[in-house]
Amino acid sequence: MTQTVIWTVAILAVLGFLLALILFWVARRFKVEEDPRIDEVEKVMPGANCGGCGFAGCRAFADSAVKAANMDNHYCPVGGDEVMQKVASILGFTVTAKAPQVAVVRCNGSCANRPVVNDYDGAASCRVKAALYSGDTLCSFGCLGCGDCVAACQFGALSMDPETGLPVVDAQKCTACGACVKACPRHIIELRNEGPRGMREVVRCVNKDKGPVARKACAAACIGCGLCMKTCQHGAITVADNLAYIDYTKCKLCRECEAVCPTGAIHGVNFPRELDKEAVKKRIADRKNKEAANG
Amino acid sequence: MGKVTFSRGGIHPRDCKYARECAIEELPLPKTVYVSMVQHLGAPAKPLVAPGDSVKVGQVIAEPGGFISAFIHSPVSGTVKGIAPRKNLAGDPVMHVEIAVEGDEWDPAIDRSGDLVTDIPDDKALILGRIKACGVVGLGGATFPTHVKLSPPPGKVADCLIINGSECEPFLTSDYRIMIERPKEVVVGAAIMQKVLDGCHCVIGIEENKPEAIAAIRAAVAELGYPDIRVQVLRKRYPQGGEKQLIDAVLHRQVGSGGLPIDVGAVVQNVTTSFAVYEAVQKNKPLISNILTVTGDKIPAKLQHNYLFRIGVPLSFVMEQAGGIPDTAAKIVSGGPMMGKAVSNLDATTVKGTAAVLYLSEAATRRQKESHCIRCGKCADACPMGLEPFLLNRLYKAADLEALEKNAAQDCIECGCCLYSCPAHIPLLDHIRQAKGQVMGVIRARAAAAKAAAEAKKQ
Amino acid sequence: MDNKKYIVSPSPHIHADISTTSVMRDVIIALSPAAVVAILVYGWAELLVLLVSIVSCVLLEWAVTRWMMKRPSTVGDLSAVVTGLLLALNLPSAIPLWIVFIGAVVAICVAKLPFGGIGQNVFNPAITGRVFLLVSFPAQMTNWTPTPGFVPVPDAVSGATPLSLLKEALKGGSTIPQFLASNDFSMSSLLWDIGASAGELSAGALLIGFIYLLIRRVVKPWIPLSILGTMALISVVFHTVNPDIYTGPVFNIMTGGTLLGAFFMATDYVTSPMNVWGGVIFGVGIGLIDMMIRYFGAYPEGMSFAILLMNCTVPLLNRWFHQKKYGRT
Repeated sequence: MTQTVIWTVAILAVLGFLLALILFWVARRFKVEEDPRIDEVEKVMPGANCGGCGFAGCRAFADSAVKAANMDNHYCPVGGDEVMQKVASILGFTVTAKAPQVAVVRCNGSCANRPVVNDYDGAASCRVKAALYSGDTLCSFGCLGCGDCVAACQFGALSMDPETGLPVVDAQKCTACGACVKACPRHIIELRNEGPRGMREVVRCVNKDKGPVARKACAAACIGCGLCMKTCQHGAITVADNLAYIDYTKCKLCRECEAVCPTGAIHGVNFPRELDKEAVKKRIADRKNKEAANG
Repeated sequence: MGKVTFSRGGIHPRDCKYARECAIEELPLPKTVYVSMVQHLGAPAKPLVAPGDSVKVGQVIAEPGGFISAFIHSPVSGTVKGIAPRKNLAGDPVMHVEIAVEGDEWDPAIDRSGDLVTDIPDDKALILGRIKACGVVGLGGATFPTHVKLSPPPGKVADCLIINGSECEPFLTSDYRIMIERPKEVVVGAAIMQKVLDGCHCVIGIEENKPEAIAAIRAAVAELGYPDIRVQVLRKRYPQGGEKQLIDAVLHRQVGSGGLPIDVGAVVQNVTTSFAVYEAVQKNKPLISNILTVTGDKIPAKLQHNYLFRIGVPLSFVMEQAGGIPDTAAKIVSGGPMMGKAVSNLDATTVKGTAAVLYLSEAATRRQKESHCIRCGKCADACPMGLEPFLLNRLYKAADLEALEKNAAQDCIECGCCLYSCPAHIPLLDHIRQAKGQVMGVIRARAAAAKAAAEAKKQ
Repeated sequence: MDNKKYIVSPSPHIHADISTTSVMRDVIIALSPAAVVAILVYGWAELLVLLVSIVSCVLLEWAVTRWMMKRPSTVGDLSAVVTGLLLALNLPSAIPLWIVFIGAVVAICVAKLPFGGIGQNVFNPAITGRVFLLVSFPAQMTNWTPTPGFVPVPDAVSGATPLSLLKEALKGGSTIPQFLASNDFSMSSLLWDIGASAGELSAGALLIGFIYLLIRRVVKPWIPLSILGTMALISVVFHTVNPDIYTGPVFNIMTGGTLLGAFFMATDYVTSPMNVWGGVIFGVGIGLIDMMIRYFGAYPEGMSFAILLMNCTVPLLNRWFHQKKYGRT
């Protein structure tokens, strides 16, 4: 009995020692020298591995950031300024603050606005649908409604609204990683500055068809009439290919474009008060009159 | 000689060749035709006419827009009304020439008589020139410019011309009708192409379910007595008409991944293309018309037709002339049920490659709800390219491009056998088509980078 | 034109007349001769076992998918019916019904649904259920008296199967010729493998079902052929070397769960390799393991264990073996 115990202990001890030797040798032999700052940077990253920065994941970002000469090509949209400050302080760089962004769906072709003219029966994927044909409505630019963006979002910030058939962004959850922007074959989703208290002015249409064609396809289409551009005092609006676009860096949120848009394609988001169209129109008219009198 | 077929995969869908007994009728002319500038593989053609020009039947109205491109001729006589984008059958805007039809005045250079011309010109360049000038493209589906296919690149020699009369897609009967109504023209066309390819062997492959066509073509071959042309009976199996499968069936050779038939010494042309070559070379008649089948499942016999139509006639006009769209039709397909395109825009126009207008009922075509893969492997058994669709589908969902390339997603010929045979109704081909596109993009980018690097080295 | 909304989809526009449900229905049809024979021979008791097994499997699948997994139920695809049927055919007719229910719970709630349901399970659910019962309730599973049937059967013997009788005899030191002399049955009567569990009764009924599956192109013959071939080969070699303690090929193929396992359980799509060569290796492995258990193991036979063990290798086999691709060497 005693002998058995002794043997067992002895064999295990020898075995343990031998294995430890092997482990020690392997650890020495295959050691990879790594910049310790990579670990530090990775530690302050959000750890979502979403790829929003353009790298394969947080580790890849950290690896590249450590080797970079400055932080120009490195920005973590999920962590935002807070994380970038931390990364910069570890690596001894300075970063300039960027305004927080949010994903914006630029299509309002809801079931009510945009009649369905055929019955799509393929795989429930926008990419497949877009490769096949112009879509099940007469608008060949707008949302296809299969939810590729929803599937691409790792943060649960997107969902399909069953009533409109369009994706809805939850601004609280959206990290502006840009996965949905890449997933959308129609390039409807755009990252825009969040705006003061979330307020922004957006053209919710991407239709480049001529006015009547666009209007026939969708009641909420931008028809490229240019009224908004003529009204805007800040030069924030351009119209190209029958489509208006509001430059969010120039927009002053005066909501005049929204008031004059004949199809309601321009939407104000998160404004505390509902837009009094008549009042704004009157304000514009008064100004125009004054200008005419002066000019 | 026994019946042959390709070595792996394939399916046996029901024939459904309901329109096989309908003789070819000539479709009347509409008031207006819309001639698309994208009727062939490759670069779009460039219009040569302007609004207000008057044109005759067979007059050139557009020239090739690149090396792989084709001439386009006016299918009618009349006045050019406009050149503008118009929606094709998928609803995407494409440049069209709109011509208002006035009478039916033909270009006098065209021999419109029905006489069979069997003497083949000796000059190869002359033949190729006529084929090119007449805008002949492959009518088996891919619409690849025929003169390009008949000019093997330097260093490559064709030793066998295969004329594809398999018509393996269910429902379609236009090739069949051509073979039994114009067998001699088809054989002369084959002999012409054989001459261009320096007198190589020529095999006309026809599936066993068309005994009348086999007999007709055999009789024509015997009567005309061209050397080294024979008919090969093929076992009925889809996708026998696929170039790679047909070469495998007839010659027991396999074209490598990314390769062309000419790499294994083969050139494949469709029987209808052969007919078009005959008309181009012997009759100087450009490709301004083709045969299409109007058919469908569970539709009355009076709606079934084989039409000789002028290219550019709107699909809606074809359907109207054929007796209207049946109430049972839930889907309208341009082409066969396996590889045809669903029509979302009924006003779209016919093009050179339009082979059929197919009405499918809800029961026949509605896809069933997708369920879980049960790993039965039927998709892999059915794949004629030896791919594993279930695996490609999974890799596509995981966006693993490297593994997709390793598992040959780029070899997919989009025949649809996988989706056809999947008991779980998984949209395999829908996804694999996407995967193929992505992998091809990677391969092309790599090739371009390699080329740029090589050029940089040279300098 | 009119305002009808036509269907638009990528090609192909037609589909084979096949679905998961139709495949499962074929398997059920193929198993029915064996089930009918079992009911005729073992009577009401067998019918009850079948009913309890199938109903429990279906109800469990429905309840778990519906209430716990919160997703559409997959009962409609009939796969739970197949599992229930196979499980019942793997059990003795005299087994208490509550044990049948436990088998169903293991099959559906342990082997199938936790892995994600149909198509994603690693182990064959019916076999997992059976093996669980075999290990947990060895007495009820092996030592029992056949229940009275509707038809008289020739050569009726006591509760234990010829296989287990033989195993006991060999353990006791007697040889096969002695055993055959002392027990009054001929090899030919093994076509009626009396005393075995329901599905192992009639080789003929199983063969009819398998041929039906082959004709309907539901299964391919490679896996069963390689199992039976391997077993026959090993038997021939061992039997020739020493016929006193090693049974011959006919005995080994006809007795126990060999045919039921080879025809219906090793060919389960989900838990068998997809490639032909992968399938052959899978089959050879099953044959090998089963024969090793028969000759050297503690159990009289080991088809279930063999299949279960080889199930583990399927992901690997699927990774190693790929089809030959067109135009590639």
